Amino acid sequence: MARRPEPPADEPNTDVIQGTLDLLILKTLSLGAMHGFGIARRVEQISRGVFKVNPGSLLIALQRLDRAGWVDAEWRQTENSRRAKYYTLTAAGRKQLDVETADWTRRVSAVARLLKAEG
Amino acid sequence: MSLWRQLTRGVHVLANQGAADQDVDDELGQYTAEAEAAWVARGLSAADARRAARLEIGSAIAIREQVRSAGWEHAVSALAGDVRHAARRLRGNPGFSCVAVITLALGIGAATAIFSAVNATLFQPLPYPEPDRIAMISDSGVDGQRLDVTFGTYRELAQRSRAFDAMAPFKPWQPTLIGDAEPERVSGERIGADFFRVLGVTPSIGRDFRAEDDRPNGPHVAILSDAFWRRRFHRDPDVVGRHVRLDDADYEIVGVMPARFEHVLAPAAEVWAPLQYQTVFGSEDREWGHHLRLIAKLRRGVSIDRARQDLNQIARAKVPEFARVPWADLQNGVLVSSLQADVTRAIAPALLAVLGAVLLVLTIACGNVANLLLARGAQRRGEFAIRAALGASRSRLVRQLLAESLLLAAIGGALGLVVAAFGVRALVALGPPELPRVGAIRLDATVFAFAVIVTTAIGVLVGAIPAMHASRADVQTALQEGSRRTAGHQRARGSLVIAEVALALVLLVSAGLLLRSVRHVFAVPVGFDPSHLLTMQVQQSGQRVGEASVNYRIYTDTIDAVRAVPGVSAAAFTALLPLSGDVDVFGVHIESHSGTKDDGAALRYAVTPGYFDVMRIPLRRGRLLDAHDGPGTPRSVVINESFAARSFRGRDAIGQRLRFGPEEGDWYTVVGIVGDIKQSSLDVDQPDEIYVPAAQWHWVDTVMSLVVRTHGDAAALTPAIRRAIWSVDKDVPIVRVATMNDLVERSVADRRFALILFEAFGAAALMLAALGIYGVLSGRVTERIREIGVRSALGASPRAIVALVVREGMALTSLGVVIGLGAAAAASRAIGTLLFGVSPVDPATYAGVVALLLTVSAIACTAPAWRAARVDPSVTLRAE
Repeated sequence: MARRPEPPADEPNTDVIQGTLDLLILKTLSLGAMHGFGIARRVEQISRGVFKVNPGSLLIALQRLDRAGWVDAEWRQTENSRRAKYYTLTAAGRKQLDVETADWTRRVSAVARLLKAEG
Repeated sequence: MSLWRQLTRGVHVLANQGAADQDVDDELGQYTAEAEAAWVARGLSAADARRAARLEIGSAIAIREQVRSAGWEHAVSALAGDVRHAARRLRGNPGFSCVAVITLALGIGAATAIFSAVNATLFQPLPYPEPDRIAMISDSGVDGQRLDVTFGTYRELAQRSRAFDAMAPFKPWQPTLIGDAEPERVSGERIGADFFRVLGVTPSIGRDFRAEDDRPNGPHVAILSDAFWRRRFHRDPDVVGRHVRLDDADYEIVGVMPARFEHVLAPAAEVWAPLQYQTVFGSEDREWGHHLRLIAKLRRGVSIDRARQDLNQIARAKVPEFARVPWADLQNGVLVSSLQADVTRAIAPALLAVLGAVLLVLTIACGNVANLLLARGAQRRGEFAIRAALGASRSRLVRQLLAESLLLAAIGGALGLVVAAFGVRALVALGPPELPRVGAIRLDATVFAFAVIVTTAIGVLVGAIPAMHASRADVQTALQEGSRRTAGHQRARGSLVIAEVALALVLLVSAGLLLRSVRHVFAVPVGFDPSHLLTMQVQQSGQRVGEASVNYRIYTDTIDAVRAVPGVSAAAFTALLPLSGDVDVFGVHIESHSGTKDDGAALRYAVTPGYFDVMRIPLRRGRLLDAHDGPGTPRSVVINESFAARSFRGRDAIGQRLRFGPEEGDWYTVVGIVGDIKQSSLDVDQPDEIYVPAAQWHWVDTVMSLVVRTHGDAAALTPAIRRAIWSVDKDVPIVRVATMNDLVERSVADRRFALILFEAFGAAALMLAALGIYGVLSGRVTERIREIGVRSALGASPRAIVALVVREGMALTSLGVVIGLGAAAAASRAIGTLLFGVSPVDPATYAGVVALLLTVSAIACTAPAWRAARVDPSVTLRAE
């Protein structure tokens, strides 16, 4: 029996925090066009497996971002010559990323200050 | 533009459902393939990689569903799916659907039509700015009845009260218009200078009346209606300053009212002139006659109640500056009401009763449709159980059922609007003459909103009961038992039928009471013979009014000419035509009653000899007026028997003298007593009546009604009689032509209006209730067919089985009847003002209606009972 590679036991993978998935997707796409699996894989990798992206949530989020006009979608050939739906950030998406990033930073530092004060 | 993208992408998905699904599937497929490739890259075998990827990703179908249901278009397509499904269901059962849709269409249509009338008349504010500041003021009689006010009262109230911005008396005026065309009588009013200011409307051309226009011997000025201006002056923009000849005088036109001005008090009025009454007057002058209506504008912030208190305080406290006469001393106070209440007073009870009735019918119709849906729900229990077992959520099933009932209601409502469009026309045609603002009765936005709200409410209510039942069903038992045991449905359906019977009883009792009232009204003796009697009003134009004898001569010549018309047996003139709305009341003073000068008031009929014969009013005692009672002979009157019995304190009225009209006028001797006749309408108490020879009256009546007794059809003689009148004087306008039978009919028009609608609604309610009973019993028999089979196998006779079914039906009916009786007693009190000569708890009506309902429901029971009795036990038992 082949042993399955598993995520490290001391770092349980977590569903993406409610409301941050959009931000993560936008951030990921700011590096370049990507298809769904690529986005999921990249989020997992960069977060070192802390965040696990559920494909259902991902596709819904992508559809939402597409309809909001923040990303554009297009079917293209992948490097291994499969057809895949590639998402690219639009100008509006880039602006939205800035807004959400600033917002996120503000929140995180506020929470951090609170926790420090408590401690 | 993100909103645009939202919309277009959603629409795109809706339009290409398959392609959209394929897109999601392709993307997921690619995702899965990449995931597999990733696992393989990490060292798994192809099979293990596939399993791992699938484990990681989950069900592709579930994800597709998630993605699809995220967009707004999902709600739309789910709704469309529900509606499509519902439509398929309804098409699959056309009999049920037709019955339900027609029931709802008629119910909603009737309710909408009636609502449009009620809304226009009672709910919509009058078409004036600040309509709630406009009040009507009336004098009050001994028993609180409304009296027109005198000019003296107006003047006192206007000067003493602080509750109003303005007051304006007005009275009808029917001048003859003399111009290049044939003489025409026009409707108009003489009004106080502030009249239009009270209403808050100003002329669109020219000016309003000013205070200086309304003074004795003031200028002859007139304001025209827009219609009159268009008809007679061809919309001449420079009409101000031109003249119009009315009666015997030239009136200078000073203004034209705007086209949108709607005169709710006198819709036909086309010309207005100032009242111009005297400022100094004695008790015998017209300024002390009860013949003016009084309209007033409340000071801002003053309520009607406050104004009423104010005026009544003034009425109670006489002051020396304002003398009063005995017949207008305001000792019964004054009556103040809003203009709206005044305009709708006559019709409001009938309209509200009819609205109540139509809502009852609508409720019964909904009950029936709910019943049908419940019955179908029972049949579809199996279907719902299977769907629930397959994972359809409860809310999904409820939504499905609501979609069905809402679709039914929507189709019913759409057809109902068509029904309402016809209904409104019928209503306007059928409506009694008291119905104000007929022009405002139409299907407008408010009425449309009413229909939509009613339809939605019906869709939800009617669907809620079956939906609750269906979704409550326990899947397990339902699947096991098929569709047999449905005790819950039965109870719900039974209660619906009981409610329907109760409501039908309420309607039928009201209809029955109205029917008896109308019969009673018609049974009231009018006091004369109305058949073969033609009436018309003839007016001598102002020019010719000269010497009394000349005028009188024209009347007698006219009678001679009319008598010569073939088919005419007799003709006469009267100043007051019974049941035509004519009123002319004078205070009476009987000579033998020394001390008091006030012996009540009586109607004054100035008549030509032969009037009693034409009308066939019977002589009780003494003699009738005849051709000898002329200007040169002692003045004589004939009075009616009620007056004779009431006012002469047990003494014989004949030979006594009385005076009416001017205080220092002539004494008239009572020479005869005739039977009572009805003047204002059939259902009011008997008034006092005095007949005076037209030739002996102080003044000459320039407006008289001709009554013609004919041999055959009265209406057919109209042209010949017109020609005869014009042969005497070609310039007299002839108006208000009607047979006496028409006038009698018209006097009961509001009751008849309510009666016709109540009869129709009552019949509909009866039919719907019978259908409900039939439906429930029929369903019961189907459900109990096995039990019935067992019973008859065990030896129950067909008779016993019929009894079983009928008993059940009659139990429901009886319970409904008992509940309905209580409700009917309450409801019939609400229509009390429409009743005449019949108690709201008239036992005969109640008994008759109960008998009718029991009979009809017994008939409704027979068909299911018959079917039950013919159940073949061997067939039903084998079928198990």
